[in-house]
Amino acid sequence: MGYPQKPHARETVVLSKYFGDADARTYKGWIKRGGYEMLAQALTMEPAKIIDIVKESGLRGRGGAGFPTGLKWSFMPKEKKKPHYLCVNADESEPGTFKDREIMRWTPHALLEGSAIAAHAIQAEVVYIYIRGEFTEPWTYMERALAEATAAKVFGGIKIYLHRGAGAYICGEETALMNSIEGKRGNPRIKPPFPAAAGVFGMPTTINNVETLAAVPHILKQGAAWYKGLSLSSPKSTGTKLFSVCGHVQRPGNYEVTMGFPLKDLLYELCGGMQAGRTLKACIPGGSSVPILSREETEGCLLDYEGVVEKGSMLGSGGVIVFDDSTDMVYQIMRLARFYAHESCAQCTQCREGTAWTTKILERILAGQGKMADLDLLLDLSENMTGKTICVLSDSCAAPVVSGIKKFRSEFEEYIAGRRRAVMVA
Amino acid sequence: MSVSVHAPPAGTETYEPVFAGAVLDQLGEILARYPTKQAALLPALWIVQRARGWISDRNMAEVAEVLGLTPAYVKGVVTFYTMYHQHPVGKHFVQVCTTSPCNICGAEAVAKAFLDSTGAKELGATSPDGKWTVIEVECLGACGFATPVLVDDDFIESVTPEKVPELVRKYK
Repeated sequence: MGYPQKPHARETVVLSKYFGDADARTYKGWIKRGGYEMLAQALTMEPAKIIDIVKESGLRGRGGAGFPTGLKWSFMPKEKKKPHYLCVNADESEPGTFKDREIMRWTPHALLEGSAIAAHAIQAEVVYIYIRGEFTEPWTYMERALAEATAAKVFGGIKIYLHRGAGAYICGEETALMNSIEGKRGNPRIKPPFPAAAGVFGMPTTINNVETLAAVPHILKQGAAWYKGLSLSSPKSTGTKLFSVCGHVQRPGNYEVTMGFPLKDLLYELCGGMQAGRTLKACIPGGSSVPILSREETEGCLLDYEGVVEKGSMLGSGGVIVFDDSTDMVYQIMRLARFYAHESCAQCTQCREGTAWTTKILERILAGQGKMADLDLLLDLSENMTGKTICVLSDSCAAPVVSGIKKFRSEFEEYIAGRRRAVMVA
Repeated sequence: MSVSVHAPPAGTETYEPVFAGAVLDQLGEILARYPTKQAALLPALWIVQRARGWISDRNMAEVAEVLGLTPAYVKGVVTFYTMYHQHPVGKHFVQVCTTSPCNICGAEAVAKAFLDSTGAKELGATSPDGKWTVIEVECLGACGFATPVLVDDDFIESVTPEKVPELVRKYK
């Protein structure tokens, strides 16, 4: 359901069924709702069998990259010679995204169950759930649920620990997350080696997103064919997805729909459209790291991995940021650039320098001191920030800048020509 | 900048260790979760901040000692993560999200309202009565509940400038 909104008839409620239902947070309440049945069953199954089912379901990573989950699990060594680890990425901090937070706040046991099933499938005995430091409330519920479930001995031989982050967006990048668990600065690592070969503590590791893992018990329960059948367009995008909608819509919140759902319907029907008297100007469909869509692109976009790419952006994390016609795009793009400049780990030159200079040039334009050549300079800078660094933070900064200049160039030019002044103060 | 690697000469400073008694036992439990001592660094720093309100160079030296690391290494980690305070902050620490999704919903006005209501003169500065420090932060991950604000460990959703004075009174 579109928590905090009432469920909408066009939603396909699987993961969000108990959002808003406080009883589902407790161990007893979760058991009453059929919780941990699939874990008990999974623990008696061959790990390879579980991986096959998840592969067959078509489940893809919900953190942003969309990598097939079963395939990722199958990269783990079949013959176990060293300890295996599962790291759960609960470092949700992609601007526009707030779905993992709801899963942890309302259904912490769903994440624990999915994590334990995944751990069994990859033969990991230890699971670290890395929760961002600012998520004080989800942490409290996760801690309580973990204590209850551990006392009830539902995890077999699997040990699950929570690990608190301390304020760093980059730790949502899987190799930075592992470094952070190891007690290091959260700098991403060069790949290869990939985590399945040498991950946390140098051991074979799988990193999965919260939403991905929460879907696993449902796939085991209702079958791969059922999950695969949840698809409105591309057969490569299956299941349901939580879309976090924020910004200028009447009813922001989380909405769970089947892959392939029209973005237009999500915004105008489920979210009630724009505020009175306002019209849609632009939309970022998958968290701030993906290119901005124009109104026309937004209204023709289908929400699955392929559909969003077709419109020139990416599904990413499913964080939908909506901008109406009152938005100063130049200012908001500067705010996004500032975000990436703030969050750069600073180990790659292109990112450390590029995010800072991008921000500086945008601030200069907003202050009325820009030159027309600055737009080409920004595009040139962005090109040098794309595909050239250890991780994609740098690319993420370039995405809104390049798409923003392309689609809203006249707004930049108005600032540069002195016809417009920033309403907000940077 | 100075990092005091060694304890100062006797008599010049009395330092009460954080990791003693029950807190040391708590650290022991945390250490058991990881195959290396170093992995307990972030949790150990959280313990220090909870106990002392911020993390001083002397605290970093203690953490280094307890975990078999060097003070410089610990400082390198502390400075990477934005939530560890390297200086004392007000009794109440306010973090207002002003990243784009909240920004377009008026988050900067919320931050300003906190400055006005608390008497903290600028972002990052502590109010003269020592009660409040207000900062702007990047994305708190609750964009559908603009504007989210963290007051200490309390995560408060949907804050508007009008709600701020009442909120500030509540914490006084």
